[in-house]
Amino acid sequence: MISPHGGRLVNRVISPDLDDIRELEHVSIPEEMQGDLRNIGIGVFSPLEGFLSYNETESVLKEGRLPNGVAWTIPILLPVEKSTYPDEGSDVVLNETAVMHVEEVFTFDKKEAARSIFGTDSTDHPGVKRFLSLPDTFAGGKIDLLKNEREPFYNFNLEPKETRVLFKERKWRTVAGFQTRNPPHTGHENLQKTVLGLVDGIFINPLIGRKKPGDFTDSVILNSYKVMIDHYLPRDRAVLSILATEMRYAGPKEAVFHAICRKNFGCTHFIVGRDHAGVGNFYHPEAAIEVFDQYPDLGVKIISIRGDFFYCNVCKHLASERTCPHDEKDHINFSGTRIRELLREKKRPPDEIMRSEVFEALLQEEHPFVGE
Amino acid sequence: MSDKRYTTVSIPVELAEKIEKRIEGTGFHSISSYVTYVLRQVISSIEEDEKKEVFSKEDEEKVKERLRGLGYLE
Repeated sequence: MISPHGGRLVNRVISPDLDDIRELEHVSIPEEMQGDLRNIGIGVFSPLEGFLSYNETESVLKEGRLPNGVAWTIPILLPVEKSTYPDEGSDVVLNETAVMHVEEVFTFDKKEAARSIFGTDSTDHPGVKRFLSLPDTFAGGKIDLLKNEREPFYNFNLEPKETRVLFKERKWRTVAGFQTRNPPHTGHENLQKTVLGLVDGIFINPLIGRKKPGDFTDSVILNSYKVMIDHYLPRDRAVLSILATEMRYAGPKEAVFHAICRKNFGCTHFIVGRDHAGVGNFYHPEAAIEVFDQYPDLGVKIISIRGDFFYCNVCKHLASERTCPHDEKDHINFSGTRIRELLREKKRPPDEIMRSEVFEALLQEEHPFVGE
Repeated sequence: MSDKRYTTVSIPVELAEKIEKRIEGTGFHSISSYVTYVLRQVISSIEEDEKKEVFSKEDEEKVKERLRGLGYLE
């Protein structure tokens, strides 16, 4: 079994004396940060044991590594409002969910940080816009998780210690992690089946959490994958479980972060495709593949998929511009925008693009898109 | 500024020359970065073995029970 990132799977879930907790100062943090609190506590973000300090943040921004040299690309930060600054050295309760041992309260240049994380400080970038809207002050320090909530997707919310036991029980020596934030089209299915020819199992790990308006909702993604796996993947070689964290749209830096999280779940391989975690035209389509050249010590093997998939009417199967010699007019593209349009009009996409069972699952959702 | 500190260790020259050849064309930019990587792997492997002992049979059985309950295991 592959070692967790940094060598040790973090477990900071505690059963505290409730009287002690009641006496501590209680601080509210945004609801969407609950997921990251839990991810730290159950080891998805190993080796992090809490929110980053100033030195750790600077090291991640400037070197893409923690101060001890371990690869880490996305700073996990706790923004705090002026009215709720916790005292350095104090213990505070965050949203009744975790105790934080506050080591320091600090500020830094957020625009410079945005350029490091996202490669831009343009507020046209949804990740930058969100990041720059955060308070200017941050609290760093270890956390202990008081409540290990598995909702809203209880049945599909495995912890790294559980997936590690599961992979071992299934005798999977090699496991490929598959990141997704969209329902599966036949291009995804084809890719997953190809990868299953290389490894023992596939861990389909949709990212559940805050996304930008117009993206598919969490339940749409999960339900459509359930249908796809039930009908078209060998069930003993595929596992579906969520990763609850927000999309940052940080392209290459987020691709490395995604790989680290999947390594902690026990994946030996991680699939990175065109424009992974990208948005608009902010990143070169292969930037998220090439970034891994800077991390030969990551420990997880990257399966890089270059090029765009489409269905070719001449080849009569799925292809990409790297494999198909025919003209563009012979291609049916997997445009996410087109699939969204068809869904809005309740028109079925061609079978070459999306399985009818999967599309039926999408139609079941009254509100399939974020913010609509 | 990051708070990284370094120290020096000695290795046989022959080994250093072998490493130099081995890292040609890889993402490793120096003998030091390769040696650091190898040592981290070794130490994390030892720590992983230690951790395995901490994860008791009883804990593992509880996890298996939950996985069976959710249909992930037969």
